[in-house]
Amino acid sequence: MPSRTSRALGAGIAATIAATLFAGAALAQDKINIYSYRQPDLIKPVLDAFTEETGIATEVLFLDKGLEDRILAEGTNSPADVIMTVDIGRLTAAKEMGVTQAVTDEEINADIPEQFRDPEGHWFGLTTRGRVVYASVDRVEEDDLAYADLADPKWKGKICIRSAQHSYNIGLFASMIAHWGEEKTEEWMKGFKANLARKPEGNDRGGAKAIAAGECDLALGNTYYVGLMMTNEKEPEQKDWAKAIKVIFPTFEEGGTHVNISGMALAKNAPNKDAALQLMRFLASDEAQEIYAAEVFEYPVKPGVAASEIVESFGEITPDTLSLSEIAANRKAASEMVDRVGVDDGAGS
Amino acid sequence: MTAVPAEARGPARAPKRVRRPRHWGAVAIAALVAVVVAVPVVTLVGIALSGDGSDWPHLAENVLPRSLRDTLHLLVLTAAGTVSIGVVSAWLVVAFDFPFRRVFAWALVLPLAVPTYLAAYAFGEFFHFTGPVQSLLREAAGFQTSRDYWFPDIRSTTGAAIVLSAVLYPYVYLTTRIVFLLQGRGIADVARTLGAGPARVLVKVLLPVARPAIVAGLALVMMEAINDIGAAEYLGVRTLTLSVYSTWLNRGSLEGAAQIALVMLVLVAGLIAAEQWGRRTRRFHAHRATHLKARPPRVSLGGLRAALAVIALLLPVAAGFGIPLWVFGGYVAVRLEQFADPALHAAFATTVSIATLTALVTIAAALLLLYALRVTRSGLTALLVRIGSVGYALPGTILGLGLLFSLASLDNHVDALAREHFGVSTGLLFSGSITAVVLACSIRFLALAEGAIRSGIEKLPPHLDEAARSLGRAPYQAAAGVVLPLLGPAILSAGVLVFVDTAKELSATILLRPFGFNTLATFVYENASRGVVEDGAAAALLIIVTALAPVALLSGALSRDREA
Repeated sequence: MPSRTSRALGAGIAATIAATLFAGAALAQDKINIYSYRQPDLIKPVLDAFTEETGIATEVLFLDKGLEDRILAEGTNSPADVIMTVDIGRLTAAKEMGVTQAVTDEEINADIPEQFRDPEGHWFGLTTRGRVVYASVDRVEEDDLAYADLADPKWKGKICIRSAQHSYNIGLFASMIAHWGEEKTEEWMKGFKANLARKPEGNDRGGAKAIAAGECDLALGNTYYVGLMMTNEKEPEQKDWAKAIKVIFPTFEEGGTHVNISGMALAKNAPNKDAALQLMRFLASDEAQEIYAAEVFEYPVKPGVAASEIVESFGEITPDTLSLSEIAANRKAASEMVDRVGVDDGAGS
Repeated sequence: MTAVPAEARGPARAPKRVRRPRHWGAVAIAALVAVVVAVPVVTLVGIALSGDGSDWPHLAENVLPRSLRDTLHLLVLTAAGTVSIGVVSAWLVVAFDFPFRRVFAWALVLPLAVPTYLAAYAFGEFFHFTGPVQSLLREAAGFQTSRDYWFPDIRSTTGAAIVLSAVLYPYVYLTTRIVFLLQGRGIADVARTLGAGPARVLVKVLLPVARPAIVAGLALVMMEAINDIGAAEYLGVRTLTLSVYSTWLNRGSLEGAAQIALVMLVLVAGLIAAEQWGRRTRRFHAHRATHLKARPPRVSLGGLRAALAVIALLLPVAAGFGIPLWVFGGYVAVRLEQFADPALHAAFATTVSIATLTALVTIAAALLLLYALRVTRSGLTALLVRIGSVGYALPGTILGLGLLFSLASLDNHVDALAREHFGVSTGLLFSGSITAVVLACSIRFLALAEGAIRSGIEKLPPHLDEAARSLGRAPYQAAAGVVLPLLGPAILSAGVLVFVDTAKELSATILLRPFGFNTLATFVYENASRGVVEDGAAAALLIIVTALAPVALLSGALSRDREA
């Protein structure tokens, strides 16, 4: 039978559990809450600089899926102030789902070129990254390639990619559909699939690793990974992967290299709107743009801020001029095409 | 005979009594548990119904035929793999004596500590072109590139089935071993005295008796396999679960994703229903509790046979535990400084407390459900118990989404009421706090606790609490005073299974967690998502170690209890 002591003990345990359970509910209101698809370490340098300059703290909640859905569900009580993400598709999705609000700020509009901003001000880009070809230094003579060339049977059994359903590849395929139309893109995709050395797998760095190991000669990858690999002191092995590849900027016949953006948006019910706007202005400023360029090897969107020396050493990029919203509009068609062609099955089937 | 079919036991229902008590209290509690579990599912149904079905032409033509085929392929191979490994190893450990038998008896459970996504990564690296196996092969044979030789691709449906079998077979091993120990011995002895050899005893006597236990273990394996996202994604198997995600994320249709998830739920429910219908008349009880303590006679193996037995048991342990330990241990060995990271310590503490809380919650809920079932024995309660297990049949993220929408909606209503009447804002009371994570894990893993405790109850003679009640005890007194103490081992294994799975859980946790909250699993993911799995190696190893401690505890308790 329960004695008085054990009852008191039980009550104590219950109180402790309750205190633990609701601990997260009491959120401090004097910091900016960032919901991010971007890995926290990658945005830490700019956020630290912001805190140092303004004294405003930031906190990052990293999600891999469902960020927009979470803000939508949380509704008017959502603690989210800003959304940070890569991929134009996620930014337009956030706007379509109604979890963002428009920002009209002269300072931001002066810093960020129009092509990298939502016409209604619901999001803007912070950095761009090219979707380029990593090519074996030893086994590939070419220094120029068009995207169309990747379907040339000459590369049969020589190309490696990560899953074709990954947003980076979907973005590239979507811009192909915008340039070439569905029919031609599907033709290309079939040829491209036939050239795959292995079933799509891993990530962009894995492509460089596979080239270094002799498994394939070409791989699709984002520009900044090369910089991250070249300077990786923690995993020096990756420096060897970077040495084994050269960066080729493929282009469209009448255009440039496909670029995607990383960007941010102000959450619809941002509780700390003023501070959040301050952060948005800061991230668009020279100082933050320079940190982005130096630390994560992305291209700053602000004109006049140079890319890092390492990135400059790849050669000059001519970004494709296709509008980002046109790319976003073709993502669904691209994703369905990838299923239809069966790119993720590899060349085997 | 210790095994008696249910209908031969005579009237199991309460004997003639003037007025049969209805036990409304028990039913109400069971209903409450079932409702909590059902809420996220009902929310998902709502989301699915709000869709216009425009995703289906594409799904039906290009996605579902392929992913249904791959999913079935994966399930069938994984079932074959886990059942053969689980049953054979349980049989060897119970029926024979050979060197290291006692070590194997608990070591066979170790792979349970390895999450599928880590196992897939480890297998991928181990058998990759750049991994140790192929590198050795190339060196030995003088090959240069992958085009010079053929090597089976681990990134295939069959490869994924091998990975899943290697880490999931302990579910079958655990359920089967107990039955071989408890139920099979008596009749196995009879069969042996009649001249049957060990193999014949296995096929003719032990397997039929163990069938429900094998199937119970297999059902857990199947649900883990069908909902797995980490291993399938990494190994490039286009399962139904993967189509759920590409429909949702790349084609922007949460409705379509919810629809596929519900189709999967129906599939799983169908499998379970078929199984239960198949064994509707069979139930086995030990007749006397003393049987639980007898020491089984074992056939001693010598020479080649003993060596074969050792190899047969070494293989699954080496694959399911050795390979992950080799790969992550190798990373950690040169990155020992990772262990000094305070963030890692915090993640470890969080993992242990979340897993402990979830284990306690699920045990309590499972006991309530099963108590209600035992005292009422009604179809309604049986249905409620069934509903309680439904969370395990959904992919973690999808269950998490259902819970997120329902909890946040509740929060916002509470908040609106509080503002209106008291002028204060309660904010996101549940969805913004750890409650959401514990609740999600509890809903997801209630089936594990319920299954483990139920099998413990089924092993008890049915009249124990009836005897107590005939002596004037109230039903809850009989349950608490007589049945509960005998369920110690079952409750322990329920707690361990839930603890381990919660420690490994990633997808629901990452969606629902509050600010500044990391478990070891989300810690690994945060680091690995930059493309540097090595950065999360220490955390990965800690997940395995965290899960290992209770698994060892469970194995130890089982051996002491049964074999001393």
